[in-house]
Amino acid sequence: MSTPIIELKQVYRHFKSGREIVPVLQDINIAVKRLEFLCLVGESGCGKTTTGKIICGLLPTSQGVVEFEGADIASLRGDGYRRFRRSVQIIHQDPYASLNPTQTVADMLSYPLLRHKLAPQRRGVMQRVRELLDLVDLTPVEDFIEKYPHQLSGGQRQRVSIARALTTQPSVIVADESVSMVDVSIRIGLLQMMMDLRDRLDVTIVFITHDLALAKYFAWDGRIGVMYLGRLVEIGRTQEIIRDPQHPYTKVLLSAIPEPDPEKTRSKQHIQLRSEDIPRLTELPPGCSFHPRCPWYVQDVCDQEVPELSIPLQSGSDVEVACIPLERGSELALHGS
Amino acid sequence: MSLILPPDIVLKVDDLSIVYRTDRGDVKATANVSFELRNGQALALIGESGSGKTTISLALIRKLPKNALVTGGRILYQRNEKIKDVLELSDRQLREFRWNECAMVFQGAQNAFNPVLKIHRQFEDTAQSHGWTDKTAVRKRALSLLELVRLDPERVYDAYPHELSGGMKQRTLLALGVLLNPQIVILDEPTTALDILTQRAIIDVLNDMQRQLDFSIIFISHDLSLAAEMADHVATVYAGEIVELGAVNDIFYQSLHPYTHGLLTSVPTLEHAQDLLQSIPGSPPNLIAPPAGCKFHPRCAFADDTCSKDSPPLTDDVGGHLAACWHTDRLLASRKARV
Repeated sequence: MSTPIIELKQVYRHFKSGREIVPVLQDINIAVKRLEFLCLVGESGCGKTTTGKIICGLLPTSQGVVEFEGADIASLRGDGYRRFRRSVQIIHQDPYASLNPTQTVADMLSYPLLRHKLAPQRRGVMQRVRELLDLVDLTPVEDFIEKYPHQLSGGQRQRVSIARALTTQPSVIVADESVSMVDVSIRIGLLQMMMDLRDRLDVTIVFITHDLALAKYFAWDGRIGVMYLGRLVEIGRTQEIIRDPQHPYTKVLLSAIPEPDPEKTRSKQHIQLRSEDIPRLTELPPGCSFHPRCPWYVQDVCDQEVPELSIPLQSGSDVEVACIPLERGSELALHGS
Repeated sequence: MSLILPPDIVLKVDDLSIVYRTDRGDVKATANVSFELRNGQALALIGESGSGKTTISLALIRKLPKNALVTGGRILYQRNEKIKDVLELSDRQLREFRWNECAMVFQGAQNAFNPVLKIHRQFEDTAQSHGWTDKTAVRKRALSLLELVRLDPERVYDAYPHELSGGMKQRTLLALGVLLNPQIVILDEPTTALDILTQRAIIDVLNDMQRQLDFSIIFISHDLSLAAEMADHVATVYAGEIVELGAVNDIFYQSLHPYTHGLLTSVPTLEHAQDLLQSIPGSPPNLIAPPAGCKFHPRCAFADDTCSKDSPPLTDDVGGHLAACWHTDRLLASRKARV
C-alpha cells in the first residue's frame, strides 16, 4: 500500500478561552490517500475547519502528528518545509473575506509565483497567471486579469481563490465550505470544476462541508468522514454511508435532512433525538459525547467508555464507526423500548 | 372604491413594482409581482440572493429601506370581509396591521432580541405597544406558545437571550411572532445558518404551529428542500419577477420555467443513487440594467430572438400553474426526450 499523502495520527487540538480549555479536536486519525475524494462533514463546532487548518499546517496540533508523504510536518525545516507549504493549499469559505480588496487579480496570482520563484521573470509570471485563469474558466482572461475583487461576482471571486490556491502547483487542496457562499444555480458548476482539476492536475482535494447532499455528490466515488463534537464518529465509503449509515449520529442526521422532492421529503421517517441540546465543548458528557442525545443509548455502557473508531463485529463492510454497542456487535435498540 | 375578494383570500398582491434609488442608478428590485395568499396556506418564495424576494416581503409590511420607492401596484389585505390596501394605510393603521395582522420573523434570530432585556420583557413590550397591557394574560398566552414551540416555557420566559441557544432563540422568536394572533406570518430564511438537527426541529415546530393556530405563511428561502417540505404553493423569483407560480408538486415535478427547472437540476439529493446535476450557466443579471425581453434569456438554453425582445407574461397554462416563458413547450419536450 502506498504512503498516504496526508496522515493525521492521534491528533488533539485545544484552544484556550479565558480560563477554560476547549478541546476542539480529540483523537483524530485520518489517512488521506493520493487522489481520493475525501469529504469531512459535520455541524458547526464539530472541528471540521480546525482539522482542515491542521492538515495545511496553518495550526499546530496540541498533541499528535501530521504527516505529509510520510514525514512529520513538525520536523520539516528549510526546503522540506517550503515544499510542504507549497504542496498543501487551502480555499476558504468566504471569497468576500479571503481576497485582498486592494489587489487586482493579477497581483494576487503573481505574488505566490514570485515569492516561491515558480516562474521566470515578469513575462513568465504573467503567462502563468493567464494559464491559471484559463484553468478556472475565467475567460476571456483579459476581462478578469486587471479586475479588483469588488468588480467580480461571488462565483467569479471563488474561482479566483481557487486559481490562487493552484499557483504553487499543490498536490493537496483543502476546500473548506468552498461553495457554500455561492448561489445555488452556480454552486454545482464550481464543484464540478474542482473535481475536474483533480484529474487534470493530479491534486487531491479534501472537501469540508456541512451539507451532506453536497458531500455525497462530491465524494460519490470516495469516502466521507462524519464528525461530531471534535471526534470522527464514522468514516468509510460514501455510497455505503449514505445508503446505510451505521453510527446513530449519522443515522439521525441523514433522517433529518429535507429533500428537494415534496413527496419523498414528506414521507421521510425522522428519528427523534432524546435531547435537542448540543453539549458545550467545555462540558462534554462522559463516555460517548453523543449519548445524552442518542436514541439508541445503552445505559452504563455509552456513558462510561469513550468509543474508538473500529469496524463493527457483525459488519460486512469496512466502514469504521465509533460506537460501543455496534463495536460489540449488538443490534441497536431504541432507548427505553 | 369597492373591492370584492373571495373570502378565503387573506392577501392579494397586484402588479407590485419597487425600485431602489442608488448613486449608480435605479435598481429594479421588484417588477410587476402578483400573487395571492389563501387562508391557512404556506407560500414559498424561492430564489437566489439578489432576486428580490426579501424586497417583496418587506413591502408587505411596509418596512422597505428609505431609498426604496413603490412605483406601482397594490397590496390588498382582507380580514372579516374588510379589504384594505397596505400601501394606503395611515401610520396608526399600519401600526395595528403590523404584528396584529401580519408578523415578520427576520433572518438571523440571534440578533432579533434585545440582549439586555429578559425574554418576558420583550413579550410584554410587544403586547403593550399594541394596546395589550394585562401582563398576566400576556404571560399566559406566551407560556402556552413557548410550550407549543417545544421549549421549557417558565425557564425561557425568565431567561436572557444569551442563555438560549440559536435554535431556542429562533423558536422563541416564532412564539413572539404569533403572540398577537396574526393572520399572516412572514418568515425570512427561517432555517438558514442553523444546524441540520436544529433546522429539523424548527420545521417540525412550524408545522405544529400552523396546524394549531391557523395562520397563513409566506416564507422566503433559497433552500428548495425547505420549500418541498413546507410549502403548499411555490413562487420562483428571478431578477425581481415571479417567473413561475404553482402548487408545490407542479413546481417540483412539472416545472414549466427553465429557471425553476435549472434550479432543480442543480441541487444534489440524498435519495437518488447518483445525481446528474448541471449548473445554470452565467450569473444573475445586474438589476440596474437588466437584459431586455425575458430577463433569464442570456442564461437560457431554449432562448431565441423573441426572448431577447419581448418580456413573457406570467400566464396560466394548466389549472393554476403559471409560468412566464415563451417556450414552455420546449422545456416539456426536452424533458420528455430525456425520459
